[in-house]
Amino acid sequence: MTSRYQAPFAPDGSSPVDATLAQRLLAAALEHGGDYADIFFEYAVNGSYGYDEGILKSAGRYVTMGLGVRVMQGDATGYAYVESLEWDQMLHAARTAAQIARGGKTLPPVALAVRGLPKRYPIVQHSLDVEGVAKRGLLERADRAARAADARIVKVTASLSEELREVMLASSAGHFVYDSQPLIRFGVNVIAEADGKRQSGSSGGGGRTGLEYLESHSPESHAAEAVRQALAMLDAREAPAGEMEVVLAPGDSGILLHEAVGHGLEADFNRKKTSNYADAIGEQVASELCTVVDDGTLMSGRGTINVDDEGNTPESATLIERGKLVGYMQDQHSAKFFGVKPTGNGRRESFRSHPMPRMTNTLLLNGESDPDEIVRSVKRGVYARKFGGGQVDITNGDFVFSLTEGYLIEDGQITAPLKGVNLIGNGPDVMRKVTMLGNDMAVSDGIWTCGKDGQSVPVGVGCPTVKISAVTVGGTDLGG
Amino acid sequence: MSQDSKNSQPKSYQDNQEELLRLGDEVVARAVEGGATLAEASVREGAHLSVKVRLGERELVEEAGSRAVGLRVMVGQRVAVTYTSDLTEAGRQRLVEDALELAQLSEPDEFAGGPDPALLSKEAEWPKLDTFDPHMTNLDAARALDLTQRAEQAARDYDPRIINSEGATISRAVGGSALVTSGGFRGAGEGTYVSLVVSPLTEDADGKKRRGFHWAARRFLADLEDEQEVGREAARRTLRKLGAKKIDSAQMPVIFDPDAARSILGLVASCVNGGSIVDDPLINKAPGSRRFDGEGLLSRPNVVVKEGELKSYLLDSYAGRKLGMPSTASASRGSSGGVGIGTTNFILSAGQQTPEELLASTPRGLYVTEMMGFGFNAVTGDFSRGASGFLIENGELGHAVSEVTISLNLDQLLKRIDGVANDLDLRTSVASPTFRVSEMTIAGR
Repeated sequence: MTSRYQAPFAPDGSSPVDATLAQRLLAAALEHGGDYADIFFEYAVNGSYGYDEGILKSAGRYVTMGLGVRVMQGDATGYAYVESLEWDQMLHAARTAAQIARGGKTLPPVALAVRGLPKRYPIVQHSLDVEGVAKRGLLERADRAARAADARIVKVTASLSEELREVMLASSAGHFVYDSQPLIRFGVNVIAEADGKRQSGSSGGGGRTGLEYLESHSPESHAAEAVRQALAMLDAREAPAGEMEVVLAPGDSGILLHEAVGHGLEADFNRKKTSNYADAIGEQVASELCTVVDDGTLMSGRGTINVDDEGNTPESATLIERGKLVGYMQDQHSAKFFGVKPTGNGRRESFRSHPMPRMTNTLLLNGESDPDEIVRSVKRGVYARKFGGGQVDITNGDFVFSLTEGYLIEDGQITAPLKGVNLIGNGPDVMRKVTMLGNDMAVSDGIWTCGKDGQSVPVGVGCPTVKISAVTVGGTDLGG
Repeated sequence: MSQDSKNSQPKSYQDNQEELLRLGDEVVARAVEGGATLAEASVREGAHLSVKVRLGERELVEEAGSRAVGLRVMVGQRVAVTYTSDLTEAGRQRLVEDALELAQLSEPDEFAGGPDPALLSKEAEWPKLDTFDPHMTNLDAARALDLTQRAEQAARDYDPRIINSEGATISRAVGGSALVTSGGFRGAGEGTYVSLVVSPLTEDADGKKRRGFHWAARRFLADLEDEQEVGREAARRTLRKLGAKKIDSAQMPVIFDPDAARSILGLVASCVNGGSIVDDPLINKAPGSRRFDGEGLLSRPNVVVKEGELKSYLLDSYAGRKLGMPSTASASRGSSGGVGIGTTNFILSAGQQTPEELLASTPRGLYVTEMMGFGFNAVTGDFSRGASGFLIENGELGHAVSEVTISLNLDQLLKRIDGVANDLDLRTSVASPTFRVSEMTIAGR
């Protein structure tokens, strides 16, 4: 809760959901049978502030509230939601979801008691509770710093978004939990112009924290980073096209790992055998240098959660150990299928969606090489510093990534900036081609959002400097 | 899709519309009372059903109803936007209070304001458009299950090489909306939409999985493509990806099939520059059709590009004031209440030749059916995306191609469109027929 907003269903809300009410709804959800049911209450408040053309041009606040009810029987899921917490409406949702079940055994009622959770989002004051003028001031500082940095900066926008998501879940598995999840994101975008050329630069970050984030990552530092990138890219030349060595910078490059291998390790795709990693537990799926974990416990991380949206608490789960596949990211349903414990990866975008196995903070752990030595070892290749985004075909691991900042490497030196660079390849193939791994692992600042089946959730990524022996670089310069 | 409608009573949305309008009235009145010089409330309501089957079994049945209000207020030249799905008395009050408070925080924008009141459309002027299928609600969960099962089965029966499936999904939406403004506009709309997608899987000799899909979508249930044909086409599209491989890097012509072409046209919509492109909200039964725009102005078609030359920007009142030009009735009101420029049915006009003729006239090139990634920079216009499809050899589709990128500056890409086919289909509100770009850079091996 904040001082202004509070979920009515919360333990100290205006009409708290207690065990009796939860049990009645679960009973209605299971009235036609079923193996499992859960009810998921959500109250989310989002604020957004947009600074543009030297003024705070837009300010918005969005409140969503509702209940989602899920009933499962075998592999079939019934799901219903309502945007009202009136009893009749909630009951209607439970009975609608119940339609999926076709008789069979009836689950006995379970005892529900609210369980305590780890506290992974220490916060001084929620951003929603800070007066607007202070937030406007932070955006103004970024705007002023970016404009003052260089005469070639012709456009600056800055934005702040803040969210508080209060959720409460009760399930026939006996989970009964309440969590209050803060999230902020600050960003600066600039456009630089010189000699008729225009380039953009951006910088952003945040996490499950309050505005104290901006004390350690000042608006001015984000402005400076955005300006640096835009100016560097003004000199960008056509990128080479073809297969070559690629070095990934630490931190943000973890998004490549997220797409290239992360999605394929989500248990639902493996249960259905639609992933390229299906039936591969115990197999060598990556170079021996690679250990990959999904860690929902990093303090204040963008992808961090005290509890997933099915009531399970995530730990740091090892997915690939020294190149060997050791586990998938599980939700409740897939865990039952594989006969393992849920890993706390059952997440959903909102009460309007059913949970699926999703990543939290996905990290490629440190190797032993000196990052400079990695760059020096490349005769001709590309240094990938910042990524715009990427996409993967889960069934075979084919991926595409766009760089927003990339450089040529020539004779072991990072040289010219490149424009319009795409990296295209195949996840499992690239993981086998990791030939050097740095000792400089970094977790990216909190900017990434992951989409799957139309559902978006905040995630974190991270990796050290990585050398891949061959990736197709999609540029426009064919040489010769 | 065949449908039996003799037992169905066409349902009217009239009663709901009046309710939505009254909710809008109330919110606007509160905001004005609280000091807003302009208040605009948009109310949306929807009923949604989604059914998915996989390998013949039910995987997901999802049903929901929703209703929410978005509010834009101005206090002088200061603007704020709020939204809530908490429609309790306290929730509605918070919606208005937050908007008025945030409006004090935002700073005066000299171009802010509502539309010219003289331009607001009246009910008598609204064109008649079929956007609502009264039979859509006959598609209940049981019937949807039956259709998806038949669609998926048709794909699986098509060829023994279809060894797995990501399933078949039907989604349908029935919704209504109302817009009420203190500037004097009061109007409501209603719409329906149904889509069916089938995604079979096959496997190459080396075990590499290949996924393909096909989909159909319409505003009217009776107009939806036959479900078994959708399944069979999905199977065909999946099988033809077998053996896909990289090709050597080269410059060559590229043909975009309608799905790939649409995503290129979508980029154009975001930075309107360059065939002939029209934004037409008045096409009957089309998904992007509407009677009035997001600010209440009467809908009208806008020719954006004619024979490669920019004819008109799409403008809302704000952008119009900034450029000293009238609005083109292109305001779009987002679900959260904010207003911006949007497209309706944004269409690359169809050419004369068939896609087969276009292919036959291309001795060598790349035929693109899918693109991946986000490789477009709106500031520089640089376009570079991952692509898969087929190598064109002697005017025919050759082997499947994957893991290549195609690139060119978007400005150049549009200037190099040298062939447009006649296969325009209005499944989506941004739509394009197959077209060819005379030369692009392919990065492969």
